[in-house]
Amino acid sequence: MSEPFEPKVIAFLCNWCSYAGADNAGISRIPSPANILPIRVMCSGRVSPEMILRAFRSGADGVLVLGCHIGDCHYIDGNHRTVKRIPLLRNLLGYVGINPNRLYLDWVSSAEAPKFAKVTNEFVNTLRELGPISEEIKIGVGV
Amino acid sequence: MMDVGRHPNIELLDYSEVVKVQGYVGNFDVQVRRKPRYIHTDLCTGCGLCAEACVLHGGKGKLLVPSEFDEGMGKRAAAYIPFAQAVPLKATIDPNSCLWLVKGKCSKKCEEVCGTGAIDFEMEETYVDFKVGSIIVATGFQMWDPLKLPDYGYGKSPNIITGLEFERLSNAGGPTEGEILTAEGIKPEKVAIIHCVGSRDERAHSYCSRFCCMYSLKQAHQIKEKTNAEVYSIYMDMRTFGKDYEEFYRRNREEGIQFIQGRPSQVTVDPETGKLFVEVEDILLNQVLELDVDMVVLATAIEPPKNADEIASKFGLGRTPDGWFAEAHPKLRPVETATAGVFLAGCAQGPRDVPDTVAHAGAAASEVVRLFNQGEVTISPTIAEVNPEKCVGCGECILSCPYTAIKRNADDKAEVNPALCQGCGTCVAACLSGAITALHFTDEEIVAQIDGLLQLPT
Repeated sequence: MSEPFEPKVIAFLCNWCSYAGADNAGISRIPSPANILPIRVMCSGRVSPEMILRAFRSGADGVLVLGCHIGDCHYIDGNHRTVKRIPLLRNLLGYVGINPNRLYLDWVSSAEAPKFAKVTNEFVNTLRELGPISEEIKIGVGV
Repeated sequence: MMDVGRHPNIELLDYSEVVKVQGYVGNFDVQVRRKPRYIHTDLCTGCGLCAEACVLHGGKGKLLVPSEFDEGMGKRAAAYIPFAQAVPLKATIDPNSCLWLVKGKCSKKCEEVCGTGAIDFEMEETYVDFKVGSIIVATGFQMWDPLKLPDYGYGKSPNIITGLEFERLSNAGGPTEGEILTAEGIKPEKVAIIHCVGSRDERAHSYCSRFCCMYSLKQAHQIKEKTNAEVYSIYMDMRTFGKDYEEFYRRNREEGIQFIQGRPSQVTVDPETGKLFVEVEDILLNQVLELDVDMVVLATAIEPPKNADEIASKFGLGRTPDGWFAEAHPKLRPVETATAGVFLAGCAQGPRDVPDTVAHAGAAASEVVRLFNQGEVTISPTIAEVNPEKCVGCGECILSCPYTAIKRNADDKAEVNPALCQGCGTCVAACLSGAITALHFTDEEIVAQIDGLLQLPT
């Protein structure tokens, strides 16, 4: 019997809230899945659609974007851009045969270690159900 | 404030408004609109003869315009000195009530009596431009309007007043010369003071306005001292947070002020006698009380000024969810803002009492001095950079920048001002032609990280 499928998740974490939140989860010994591969960016507004698509092309089974809560952005309103950009990209993902649920945006502040664990666990579970991206692109699940 | 007016190094621009701010730390260009006060301040001696001569004075001490300083409880003329300690102590003419300025018809007695010829009805607004190195925003707060919550009955009886109105009543220079009197002109026998009106209330402001507990205690003490009335202080939680504050609360209790913990459900007015009834559940006694009183004082919430949006966009300030201007860090950088060289002082940043405001303002002033003494600023190396060869000049980055750090240069290309850029990278993601690089967070670096991470065995 083959080993159970473990998704690889590229997680873009903003420096001020979510990266610190992830750090906080670690310090607080709150387990979060090892499937999360974190990349620190200064602001969630820095995450361009090209970066997300590039992650999928390089074989990521899912992409997670975490930023500061709306109104709490360290850069005043950088996350306002993100909140507009991600739903649009999610809609477009369907057209290239990628299930839109493989891209997820949420807000995690530096104090929300339990939320970081919850969001990452739930997202990884969703991806476990969706299966490897290589199979999906092959059979072409559209929306 | 007097000292500010007298200081040789401080230029006070009263009755003025900042129109626009451009530039960056050390090099701000500010334009200020000076509203016409129809009186030349260099000629005015502050004698007040114009106020007495004003047609709206009405004679026999009867002035006709509600005085803003007295919360509308006192009256003033159209030509007036705002209040006795006004800085500068100069008269002004209110363009909304002056008969000459509104209707073009008046005998202009003020002009006749003015000994220095300071009055000039032809005065127009002027604009002043100057350069400054840093800016302190100390725009304060405004009182929340208690008419928004009808349960407190504000406006239904002249004896339901706000804490600020009470201050005018109790002030020796106020409309009653310091006597605490009801609208009928008699000393009240029973007074209710209601805390947290509009504060800590999901229907108005969920935050605590912070200084109302203490001024309400002071007012309870004043009522007791001046009228010996029965005073009911109706509170949710007593927040005596500062040095010696708890002691003052204890003194109030010893003076016989009745403290009732609970939130009043309603204040009603008897239509015949004008008596006021406060209905409240005393949660310590587990009992619903109905208090009949002669006067109700509402400790109303404070809120950001109504043009806070405009101020925020002029100075590049962020706002916290409750509307106050955002500091750079709530604990470690309480006076700095997201824009370098712009600082906050006082209630512009959030509710605070006098000692805290003085400390906050002192901190803001020290930050400015520190900046000027250094003579140079340290900026983070993680900033954005435009490659002019790739930039097509679409302007998308200019729209995306939260700090207005990107400008169009003479070649119609985007250009980043390194002193303003904070390095968030939003413009990099917004750039359609890939012309902007976030130093230390370049596309290549992030792609290398993605590829590297995905090659790890799971």
